[in-house]
Amino acid sequence: MTGTKRGSTGQIGARRKRVEDPRLLTGQGTFVDDIQLPGMLHLDFVRSTHAQARIAAIDTSEAAKCPGVVAVYTAEEIHGFVPLLPGPAELPGLRAPEHHVLANGHVRYVGEAVAAVVAEERYTARDAREAIRVDYEPLPAVTDMERALEADAPLVHEEFGSNLAFELPLGNETAAALEEADVVIQQRMLNQRVIPNTMETRGIVADYRRSDGQITVWLSTQAPHLIRSLLAELLDLPEHRLRVIAPDVGGGFGAKANLYGEEMLAVALAKQLGRPVKWIEERQEHMLATSHGRAQLAHVTLGAARDGTIRALELRILADMGAYPHIMTPLAPLQTAAVMTGCYRIPCARAEIQGVFTNTTAPDPYRGFGRAEAAYYLERAIDLLARRLDLDPIEVRRRNFIQPEEFPYSSPTGYVLESGDYEVCLRRALEKVDIGALRQQQGRLRSEGRYIGIGFASYVYRAGFPSLPKLPRTGFLKGGWESAWLRVDPMGKVTVLTGTSPHGQGLETSLAQIAADELDIDLEDVVVRHGDTASIPHGNGTMGSRSLAVGGSAVLLAAREVRHKALRLAAHHLGVEVDAVRLEAGRAFLPGHPERAISFADLADLSYSFLDLPDGMTPRLEASATFEPHNWNAPFGTHVCVVEVDVQTGEPKLLRYVAVDDCGRAVNPLIVEGQIHGGVAQGLGQALMETVVYDSEGQPLTVSFLEYATPTASDMPTLEVELTETPSPLNPLGARGVGESGTTGAPPALVNAVVDALAPFGVEHLDMPLLPERVWRVLHEAGAVR
Amino acid sequence: MQISVRVNGKQTSAEVEPRTLLVHFLREQLRLTGVHIGCDTSQCGACSVLLDGKLVKSCTILAVQADEREVLTIEGLAPREGLHPVQEAFQECHALQCGFCTPGMVMAAHALLSRRPNPSEPEIREALRGNRCRCTGYQNIVTAISAAAEKQSKREAQP
Repeated sequence: MTGTKRGSTGQIGARRKRVEDPRLLTGQGTFVDDIQLPGMLHLDFVRSTHAQARIAAIDTSEAAKCPGVVAVYTAEEIHGFVPLLPGPAELPGLRAPEHHVLANGHVRYVGEAVAAVVAEERYTARDAREAIRVDYEPLPAVTDMERALEADAPLVHEEFGSNLAFELPLGNETAAALEEADVVIQQRMLNQRVIPNTMETRGIVADYRRSDGQITVWLSTQAPHLIRSLLAELLDLPEHRLRVIAPDVGGGFGAKANLYGEEMLAVALAKQLGRPVKWIEERQEHMLATSHGRAQLAHVTLGAARDGTIRALELRILADMGAYPHIMTPLAPLQTAAVMTGCYRIPCARAEIQGVFTNTTAPDPYRGFGRAEAAYYLERAIDLLARRLDLDPIEVRRRNFIQPEEFPYSSPTGYVLESGDYEVCLRRALEKVDIGALRQQQGRLRSEGRYIGIGFASYVYRAGFPSLPKLPRTGFLKGGWESAWLRVDPMGKVTVLTGTSPHGQGLETSLAQIAADELDIDLEDVVVRHGDTASIPHGNGTMGSRSLAVGGSAVLLAAREVRHKALRLAAHHLGVEVDAVRLEAGRAFLPGHPERAISFADLADLSYSFLDLPDGMTPRLEASATFEPHNWNAPFGTHVCVVEVDVQTGEPKLLRYVAVDDCGRAVNPLIVEGQIHGGVAQGLGQALMETVVYDSEGQPLTVSFLEYATPTASDMPTLEVELTETPSPLNPLGARGVGESGTTGAPPALVNAVVDALAPFGVEHLDMPLLPERVWRVLHEAGAVR
Repeated sequence: MQISVRVNGKQTSAEVEPRTLLVHFLREQLRLTGVHIGCDTSQCGACSVLLDGKLVKSCTILAVQADEREVLTIEGLAPREGLHPVQEAFQECHALQCGFCTPGMVMAAHALLSRRPNPSEPEIREALRGNRCRCTGYQNIVTAISAAAEKQSKREAQP
């Protein structure tokens, strides 16, 4: 416990039903596409059908003639009132290409916006889009990172002379340790490109009021304040006249933390045309133009002693920058490097990073951003090591775990882990699956020609980023802090404003629980508001598993201040010293004198009455608080996956999935478990079926849910989730992140399980996704099937 | 074209373009915005509604095909006050997160329980194949549908 009291209403730790559910269950939620304004126009885009081409000509004359078309735009027409997009964060030596909102004479990926139409109706805009003729002169394209680095590869940006975007080494020296190691394993591992596929695609409504210059933007985003700053800066708009609202948002997963060209154009056009402009992304556009995830390749080298003690780890990482990296794109491999040693004591570790331009959609944050990749490489490498040394993979993990007494632990790549207890999750997971019996069953079935595999993954990642040194162009993230405002209305009801911007995480409930617990009032008496820059002074949004640990801590601090003020006011009212008063179950009272009490509601009312206040006290029970974490917190856990592989078809069938996760203090375990379920589903999706496929000309072949598979209910096993609670010392709640735990644990657990199942055939590694065809081919090559 | 559709128990006449999709008619002309569009290719199920009691994806049907027929959307499922048992179970079991797939998911669950009051877990998972969720891993959706089935059959067993 780190200083949090548990109120008598027992809100913290309670499995409360979510307060946001009734509106979402009855169709009364408000998503961006639900917003209709008088005179609203519809924006639509023509997108490149080539991975690389020069644009010879664009003929918009037919489109302009379509009835109901208001305007048609190409790069030429928007030049002058729509600026370039910000481009990537500035890393040393990083080459940043110009990123135009509409392609400027040259297209570099399929899906790049080439022209835009604005029309009175959604259908008319589509008609007009189809009437635009673009004359392309196709050029060779490259979508594969290894190919892109070859000397004769087509160049994504000719002016750079190569496709290398940047190179960066991190960590300490590994050569000597690898030299001295008894055993060295090496493996090339692909962390394939996936698509976030939020169920609600991106969308925006932008409204400009000419009379006073007020601009209101409804945007499906994770970070309304950050987007407002970017829009203000790029479009040269006065920030105080710009209001960004994130209404109900249908999922983000990292892909809605960025400002995109379509969105900036919609705002610029609303101003230009003096009418509201709406743009709603189609699913195909989402697959082509919303940022992708992962897209990393690593050559992993792990050196160890004969007893399994790890001596050194080296990663040579290729990170895909796409054609036009977004602000955060180059940061993914840096995240990978930071946590590459995971929950293990590895004295020597080094990452050699290369960022690579390709003719593809740029990757950007996707649930697990950089850290999930690290856990995958390491957990796979440990299984390879165990196999090579003929040791139990569980024992290899145990032997190398950082022990509780070793914290704070500084990794060779510069990350300080503050606390953890990795053994506790591993032990619980093994008990839950009954590992002894399971392995006996595995052996028995193997002799019958049935192939069961058991896969383990022990992970740690970093969540809730602290303020980082300000890099140019990452400046839109002003810091790791989060703020909260809490006010008590005259009737004793509480409004909490948060700078986080939930889009499915249930923060309206969890944050209300924190406030209700601290003030010891009913949950129903608290309402949480978020996602509107007009009512929320500032915030850094919801991303990187930060909102509960960081945003929730700010709420706790604000509630604590209000509590103290309420106690002071109660003491004044009751005519006693403040230490004599207790605030409990909706009232303040003098213990032992039940008649000397005042209800919280009456106290609230009193606080508005200036003449009843003690000297020097300002009216109203309200407070604002900011919480800045001084380091990332470290969620951890162990996942165990049990599969049976049908060697005739290559299909891995999930038999069991056990996840034991530690997110420190769980404010609402029901919601925490839901976060793990969803993360595991996305992680299993990546491991089993999700991948972006390009043909030899750079055409993406996965552009709808027909070709790009996300898991359905019948693809998923029953998930068995258990929580352990090791409080984090980094915040007053003792909370760790949880949003990205599932996507971090699941891919290595699943792949390790399938590789374990195929051990009798000598299979040591398989690249994701483990589609039946891929597994079957490996079995075929191993002579297991004909 | 003029169409006449009974939507959520109310007879409605409207003028639509022949190419208007049912989902756009419901959302934009009738402002029933609980019906969501998630994919454009009939794979995600966010637009699921009941047409004459049968579960359909309203992005695959033209508004004119609903002429002289009856449509039930998420807005018409619950009684005037409170929630339908399926909606209640979804809240109790935390079967929704971002809530975007939820209206379609609830309609699919309701359709399943109407034709099969006590489905097994594999039957529930199979019945949801046409409805995609990206947040919940389906775990609590399956639990909620089982719970709703139990609740409804208990309710019916009462005299």
